[in-house]
Amino acid sequence: MKFKLGIREIVAMGIGTALFVVLTTVQIPVFLIPNTFLQPRMAVLAFFSAAFGPIVGAVIGILGHALGDAIYYSSVWWSWVFPEAVVGLCLGLFAKQFEVREGGFAVTRNVILFNVIQIIGNAIAWCVMAPLLDILVYSEPANKVFAQGTVAFVLNIVVIGFLGTVLLVAYSKIAGRQSGLKAED
Amino acid sequence: MARILSYEKKNTFVHRLSGFTKLLFLILWCFAGAMTFETRILVVMLLIGAGVYYVADIKWKQVSSVFIAIMIFMTLNLVAIFFFAPYQGCEIYDSRTAICHLFGNYYLTKEQLFYEFNVCIKYFTVIPSVFVFLTTTDPSELASSLNGVGVPYSIAYSVEIALRYIPDVQDEYTRIKNAQQARGIEMSAKGSLLKRIKNTSLIIFPLIFSSMEKIEVVSNAMELRGFGKKPKRTWYSKRPLTSIDLYVISFITLFCIATMIITFADGNRFFNPFR
Repeated sequence: MKFKLGIREIVAMGIGTALFVVLTTVQIPVFLIPNTFLQPRMAVLAFFSAAFGPIVGAVIGILGHALGDAIYYSSVWWSWVFPEAVVGLCLGLFAKQFEVREGGFAVTRNVILFNVIQIIGNAIAWCVMAPLLDILVYSEPANKVFAQGTVAFVLNIVVIGFLGTVLLVAYSKIAGRQSGLKAED
Repeated sequence: MARILSYEKKNTFVHRLSGFTKLLFLILWCFAGAMTFETRILVVMLLIGAGVYYVADIKWKQVSSVFIAIMIFMTLNLVAIFFFAPYQGCEIYDSRTAICHLFGNYYLTKEQLFYEFNVCIKYFTVIPSVFVFLTTTDPSELASSLNGVGVPYSIAYSVEIALRYIPDVQDEYTRIKNAQQARGIEMSAKGSLLKRIKNTSLIIFPLIFSSMEKIEVVSNAMELRGFGKKPKRTWYSKRPLTSIDLYVISFITLFCIATMIITFADGNRFFNPFR
């Protein structure tokens, strides 16, 4: 599989990152575990990865998270930046199958594939990678970071599963339509 | 929506540095700050950071709201660490000096306080450098200097597009939100969790659809002007690296290496005053 980086992908990276950064503040706090939120921006990441491929997904994940953290919180939590890229990368690898921009996403097979991939990607990112990086880089207590990681895993699956899927289906239906005309018999 | 940090034109020592120098400084600085738990180095970094912040002539007004937000996050995080692992410090420093008994199984120990002090000071080493970077770096100058040091210009350009479009997307977000609120949709914390998720999606839908349109328009315009046809391009805002840039780059590189050497010299990332 080859993924070309055309002009459209370059622009998508830029504008996708901008969207991701802006949506950083749109989050619904979960009061049990501090600094963990239900983040609609994950749905945006999933959308752009599935529509434009793995490079776009990974770049939006890294750049968007780092810039968003820097602009709004001014302290970049690096151990959570790279897992974000993993989610984008995983979903992007299957962009060819999803056919989002050609209008082929709105079938059961792709919706199921999308959700399986996003659960696997999120599991690698938040249950394994983020806590391990937290312990390696910041020496935080293990039970705290695994608790945070697991909560993030569940929340991200919920956000991507509902919001991400609906976004992709809706967009795919509109994008693939050649015209609104129907043949009459 | 919270006020965000953005570039402001001035003429100070820090503003005159090339965008690349500042980016490299930021990355190495954050890396050093993240890796080390050596308290003495962290204190030195804190002092240097405060110095740079002063030189860059940043007004408190520009950063105050962001700063307050960080303080809230930091406090929450420190409290959480204590409740999840009240003896993390004791494990790290391999000793235990109780100050007083709190409740149940929780004792306040000197080691824990010292460990959390380190976590706290790590925040303060990184914060000024990010403030300085964001308020003193011109986005298009950053893109040209990224390209100047070998980053492919397509990537440099997408960084620039991102920085360029953040205010636009933010405006659009506010517009859509106002329109939805005018239709009577509750956006504040009053609604239930499920309702808030649903209402948030009512903003994200139009936002994504209009962004996809924007991508089409911008990439068509770029294609018409022949973007990406040649392996190289020129920049309006190019600024060559001066000798001062080179001094700063060598300083931060040496500083980062020295930090690593001092930190890992005794095979342990922590400075241990309890031994």
